[in-house]
Amino acid sequence: MSPTTRNRLILVGALAIAASGLAVIAFGNLGENLVYYWSPQEMLDQGDKAYGPTIRLGGVVKEGSIEWDADSAELRFRVAEGVEEDAVSVPVRSRETPPQMFRDNIGVVVEGTWSSAGLFESNRLMVNHSNEYRPPEEGEEKSWDQTVSAASGPGAP
Amino acid sequence: MSLGHLGYALVLVGVAAATFGAVVGLVGGLRRRPATLRWALGATYAFAGAMLAANLVMEVGLLTDDFSIRYVAQVGSIQTPTVYKIVSLWSALEGSILFWGLVLGGYLAAFAWLHRKEDPLYMSVALGVMLSVATFFAFLIAGPANPFEVLPNPPSNGPGPNPLLQNHVLMIVHPPMLYLGYVGMTVPFGVALAGLIKGEIRTSWMGPLRRWTLTAWIFLTIGIVLGGWWAYAVLGWGGYWAWDPVENASFLPWLTATAFIHSTMVQERKRMLKLWTLSLALASFVLTILGTFMTRSGVFNSVHSFTQSDIGPTFLVFIGILLVACISLLAFRGPLLVAEDHIKAPLSRETSILVNNLVFAALTFVVLVGTLHPLIAESLFDKRVSVGAPYFNRLTLPFWVAMLFLMGVGPMLPWGRADGSRFRNQFLVPAGAALLTVGVCVAFGLRGGYALSVFGLAAFVTVITLRELVLPVRARMRDKQESFFKALSGSASRSQRRFGGYIVHLGIVLIAVAVAASSAFVSHTTATLRVGESFELQGHQMTFEGLVRGQEPHREYVAARLQLTPRGGDGQRLLAPRMNYYESSTDPVGTPAVHDTVREDLYVSLLAFDGKSQIASFNAWTFPLVSWIWWSLPILAFGTLIAVWPVRRRKPGKAGTKADGEGGKPEVAPADAPSPTAEQGAA
Repeated sequence: MSPTTRNRLILVGALAIAASGLAVIAFGNLGENLVYYWSPQEMLDQGDKAYGPTIRLGGVVKEGSIEWDADSAELRFRVAEGVEEDAVSVPVRSRETPPQMFRDNIGVVVEGTWSSAGLFESNRLMVNHSNEYRPPEEGEEKSWDQTVSAASGPGAP
Repeated sequence: MSLGHLGYALVLVGVAAATFGAVVGLVGGLRRRPATLRWALGATYAFAGAMLAANLVMEVGLLTDDFSIRYVAQVGSIQTPTVYKIVSLWSALEGSILFWGLVLGGYLAAFAWLHRKEDPLYMSVALGVMLSVATFFAFLIAGPANPFEVLPNPPSNGPGPNPLLQNHVLMIVHPPMLYLGYVGMTVPFGVALAGLIKGEIRTSWMGPLRRWTLTAWIFLTIGIVLGGWWAYAVLGWGGYWAWDPVENASFLPWLTATAFIHSTMVQERKRMLKLWTLSLALASFVLTILGTFMTRSGVFNSVHSFTQSDIGPTFLVFIGILLVACISLLAFRGPLLVAEDHIKAPLSRETSILVNNLVFAALTFVVLVGTLHPLIAESLFDKRVSVGAPYFNRLTLPFWVAMLFLMGVGPMLPWGRADGSRFRNQFLVPAGAALLTVGVCVAFGLRGGYALSVFGLAAFVTVITLRELVLPVRARMRDKQESFFKALSGSASRSQRRFGGYIVHLGIVLIAVAVAASSAFVSHTTATLRVGESFELQGHQMTFEGLVRGQEPHREYVAARLQLTPRGGDGQRLLAPRMNYYESSTDPVGTPAVHDTVREDLYVSLLAFDGKSQIASFNAWTFPLVSWIWWSLPILAFGTLIAVWPVRRRKPGKAGTKADGEGGKPEVAPADAPSPTAEQGAA
């Protein structure tokens, strides 16, 4: 066997071993780090399988469900399947201060875990930027239309 | 004829020129008709000209608020400030594909002009391949992503560009840089595929191939870093990298292009790894197309998904064609590109570059698996999943550490075969510096295996790199009695590539240290305050002084006044994290306040506020050394500029394995030179 052929064989062998090792590690870690993207109904349908893994729960904030306790920094609300009154919803607890856009009926994604106690513990709260941005409609308030002292008087509405 | 029709006519001229040039170039090149190169060159210039004109027409439309053009009606508005009108060319899908066409035309015309005197057959095939790519994009602009569609009933005003794009000046620079990087990969792709089609690639092509890739690489690098900076300065979640599919999309071609830049050196000096090197050039291009598909078709739910459109299937077909073409060419023509040498010793420069390439390949694989898995899971198993950042962090960290180690070891090793005892001697000082660094960090109370090993290796690489840079200069000063600066410039111009490459290495070390420090030693807190109350983070005291409202030409804002007393008490200042309200959007876009110093950034974003009760909530972080990431950009750009700066043409037949004497008498390596190859790295 010429040195070139031998070297090449050794190289190919080493590469094959390294590549399969890497593949095993990559796919193994993939399973552990998957984040499931479910709506409340889909999550409930999973039954016991939903307890444990990291879940991104997507839905809308149920109207009138927001309770924010600033002293203990605890936010409770329900994520519902849709805006209808009778939509399936799931209680969520978060330790995060709700962001400015957080309000009733807005689309949210919460990342966290679901437990058999029936509470979704969220460690990340994301408010859906509405992808189709549009000017506020007639009569619709901009969320800051409250009494904030104007910094530059002229031009402020 | 309206502006829209004119623009569309120009796009059709582009389609015609590209198609004609692709056919003529490929057929003429393969049938060995050198005279056809003229036609391919002409078609290239025509395509570039048509694209330039079409882009100018669109700019005129944007600037004159011609809402009869669909794209202008979609992203323009009368109130938009002029500078944002200009950049809204790339603020949405159709415009950005049109802009892509302009950049592609520019690259192809530059390539055609600079290499018009090269071997005409090879040039014809290379241009034919590149113009085939241009044909696809021209068709895309003419069909699925047509920005020039004329509206029968134009609106009187438009919504204006996406608020996120108007929110920070970096959005003006980041997309063009990224495009210059993405599109630039077309040139190496064309040259490499031509090599495969013809079954040979001359060594004389390796220099241009490397320089074109380096050009695209530096733009891609700048684009990626600026993208991280933009996310940091705008999105307010306190980070610059989230392993978002869109970020990964730009990172994958960066990895393969970086591997390519290193493996060309082996091909050039040792005439090995030919097929591998060409495969990397092909992979870089295919990955940029994959990245564009992922970014632009909206297949991922991410912050960039505002550009959803029906171009997805078109891209998928193109990716399919590319993969089939590349893989079958590699399989059938690849065996023609045989190595003319083999690795003789495990301790050599070529082995270190080979290992470097394997590490880059492994990284590409890991990131690709994590990025594509959600797509595959959803399309095959109807499961909606995403891959969490821990997957990427855990699996890529060991490779980053290995990479840093190789960045130190590689430059110390000579081509061919290293002298073991000499290598050990050279190893001592850098290794000592590494241990000392780790010791000092531990003494200052820093913990964490990965962060400390990155710091240690950073010292290791820095010492080696500086030694490799400085010792030849010192030798020149001694042997030729030159002044420091004369010797420095002499040494740099004599071995541009090595000199530039090492400067780039130093920039990368800076990024590695900054990333390790800012992610391992981050601290975070949140606070909800009434006026007069304060909170503290890492010794920084912040007192809330109230909310103010203000107005700028294109937006209104609410800012929270935070009086900051930095750690140590000196230099009180006002921080004003704020939320911006745009005409076109109901939701605000935040701007965090950053107090940046060399040592650390204090980063505060306004999370929520209540105007009536004057209560505000804040998210605050400290990131040690994070600004070093952005500061590495001038270093990277400077190093790359040195490396790609055109060299005087050398006499042919000298790219062998022997030292290149460069006409004059070869410089004698001094006895204490760091490595025998110090001055020979250039080619």
